[in-house]
Amino acid sequence: MSFVEYSDLIQDGDVAIVYLNHISAMPVKVKHGAQTQTRYGVIRHSTDLIGQRYGSKVTCSKGGWVYVLHPTPELWTVSLPHRTQILYTTDIATITMMLELKPGSVVCESGTGSGSLSHAILRTIAPTGHLHTVEFHQQRAEKVAEEFKEHRVDHLVTVRNQDVCKDGFGVVGVADAVFLDIPSPWEAVGHAKAALKKHGGRVCSFSPCIEQVQRTCEVLADQGFQEISTLEVLLRVHDVRTISLPLPDFGPDPAARAEPGIVDKAPLPAAPNHSSVTMKTTTPPREMPGHTGYLTFATKPRT
Amino acid sequence: MADKGDDDDQYRIKEGDCVVLKRGDIYKAVQIQPKKKIIFEKQWIFLDNAVGHLYSTTFEIVAGGTLKPQEVKDTESPPDLKVAGTDNRNIVDDGKSQKLTRDDIETLKEQGLKGQEIIQQLIENSSTFNNKTGYAQDKYIKKKKKKYENTVAILKPTCRILAMMYHGREPGKICHLRYDTLAQMLTLANIHAGSKVLVFETCAGLVLGAIMERMGGYGSVIQMYPGGGPVRAGVESFGFPAHFHDMLHDFPICHVNALLAGTLDTTAKDPTADEKQFEMAADEEQNQPETDQQEGSPEEQSMDTKTGDDAGQDQGEMEKEKRKETQEKKLKLEEKRRRLAAAAALLESRNADGLVIASRFHPCPVLLGLLKFLSPSRPFVVYSQCKEPLIECYTKLKEQGGTVNLRLTDTWLRHYQVLPNRTHPLLLMSGGGGYVLSGTTVAIDRFKPAGSPQAEEPAAKRQKLKDTEG
Repeated sequence: MSFVEYSDLIQDGDVAIVYLNHISAMPVKVKHGAQTQTRYGVIRHSTDLIGQRYGSKVTCSKGGWVYVLHPTPELWTVSLPHRTQILYTTDIATITMMLELKPGSVVCESGTGSGSLSHAILRTIAPTGHLHTVEFHQQRAEKVAEEFKEHRVDHLVTVRNQDVCKDGFGVVGVADAVFLDIPSPWEAVGHAKAALKKHGGRVCSFSPCIEQVQRTCEVLADQGFQEISTLEVLLRVHDVRTISLPLPDFGPDPAARAEPGIVDKAPLPAAPNHSSVTMKTTTPPREMPGHTGYLTFATKPRT
Repeated sequence: MADKGDDDDQYRIKEGDCVVLKRGDIYKAVQIQPKKKIIFEKQWIFLDNAVGHLYSTTFEIVAGGTLKPQEVKDTESPPDLKVAGTDNRNIVDDGKSQKLTRDDIETLKEQGLKGQEIIQQLIENSSTFNNKTGYAQDKYIKKKKKKYENTVAILKPTCRILAMMYHGREPGKICHLRYDTLAQMLTLANIHAGSKVLVFETCAGLVLGAIMERMGGYGSVIQMYPGGGPVRAGVESFGFPAHFHDMLHDFPICHVNALLAGTLDTTAKDPTADEKQFEMAADEEQNQPETDQQEGSPEEQSMDTKTGDDAGQDQGEMEKEKRKETQEKKLKLEEKRRRLAAAAALLESRNADGLVIASRFHPCPVLLGLLKFLSPSRPFVVYSQCKEPLIECYTKLKEQGGTVNLRLTDTWLRHYQVLPNRTHPLLLMSGGGGYVLSGTTVAIDRFKPAGSPQAEEPAAKRQKLKDTEG
């Protein structure tokens, strides 16, 4: 197991995702002799997990079952322990494409936060790229570095515990892309420019408030960035369900009886007292996230 | 630091490169060929002069359609905006504010005036310009700039640029797959280096190219194709290095049933099968050069409907060369069989790491058929322009089991204009970028018959629904 490489069997030391149902999943550190409590009962690692295939159904002690899934950045995003507000898959997907990330890309990121985006970046830039991530909160920086090690991606990432607005990314002229998710991104635009390669690159800033976007765009333009573009992507989830629409009773239809040809057909749909039409459709969820943040992208031209 | 002057070579435009032309928000993918005329935005241009320049350079189009690198920032300084009104109470639309006639403007153009100069003339001859507010003046200039500016930037193709280009120019060719939707698919399918990915697409090769870019030449991609051969015009536009094509395999979807049943014979020892294969190879040969020339032309989709007709016509003339050709065809056939066998071997182990479907075909049978080639605990995504076929896929998957984490989603994309005191969402936005069904495979339960996962929560949901709505 690694977050950047699939394997078939669950092994000691892996991180596996226990999938309980469509709204809950939990990461589990697989360890000989260890046990994990779920609402369906206990999972015993030595017998229930180790040596089993990823994707297997595991029956828990109370008779309920769960599926054990191979970790992916997307499953990690929905199950990771939050230490900060995190970026979700919809924004991550957009950021990855618009920053033009691919194997071999060198990326700078700040702040690291809970590492939701970091894992997705690492997956995309492996095996030859590198992530330089900056987090000014010491405990968070240490915790995320520990996670990278557990997830066997630490060879692809350098975590720096410093203030990106003051000290920058710790690298100069090496990055293909820079991502900013900090309260005052405009203070880090200069450092972003310095971190990018001489021949140019892409930058993205994530901000919840339009005032932050406004200031960031001004500084980006002043610093010579081009193709400045702000956008927002929202996810709509459609619940698939079967609905049944009852048909009202119009009473007997004299016209239908008058024509002998139709007599045979007419009673079929009209006759039952409580007839209805059943169909498959989707319904929107009652509430959905209406705003996460504005994504501002720009290109640094060659200098 | 890392990149010194000599590293520039890899960033220089070379003859034969696939590039993207850009003006404003308009993109066009072309190949750099000597003395080749290209139409971009109603203008003839020759790209010869671009060779040797760095990517992302902006060029001015000068007389005869040749390119001259733009001098730095000469268009960025707008004319003086000192005189400006505060509101439009005295501005009357009498249609006479512009003193230059259409003919005058044409003459200016023929004189070879730069866009900037024409705009200056327009401003000077506009009686209302000085009464407009600063913002309105800004907007006026921007609009004129868009129309008269004669510049083109040459970019290195990337998934972002090509996806935006296809969506802007030819959405019909890519099943109206919007770029943010493509982004979701690549992420939800966990596309990354080193995996083995199955793709079934009729999006001109854009989806395939996007996947190949994300895999960086590591791992393998098996393109399942309908009809006579895979369509890859979009892939060519990416301009991948040669070794990327080593990871790319293809397999005709018409052989999937045989492969699943274990009756696919890739050795083709018996003569009838040989002949059939031979015919197929002949057909394909007819089609192949066509696809090469037609890159980006609207006829691609008709490719798979063209068959033996052309072959029949040509046969008479080619009588003499036939023997030679037969030899060549045999070699090609051998190569084709080798490729088929290689792709079949990759599929047979049924341990693919991901599945991406985006086509004009009904997704349901494709999904149910191809899912069988995936390992458990692997993601899949299905794109459709319409929601209904995905509802059917969802229902079928719930019935047969073997998947979890099913989600039917779409994304909503909104662009913003961000300017001092003028920030707002763009007036025009895309109506729909299609729908995506995503999920994860799991091991199929051997102890219970199909349809058993009724005990899981979807059943409960249905129950609830009946209670509230029934």
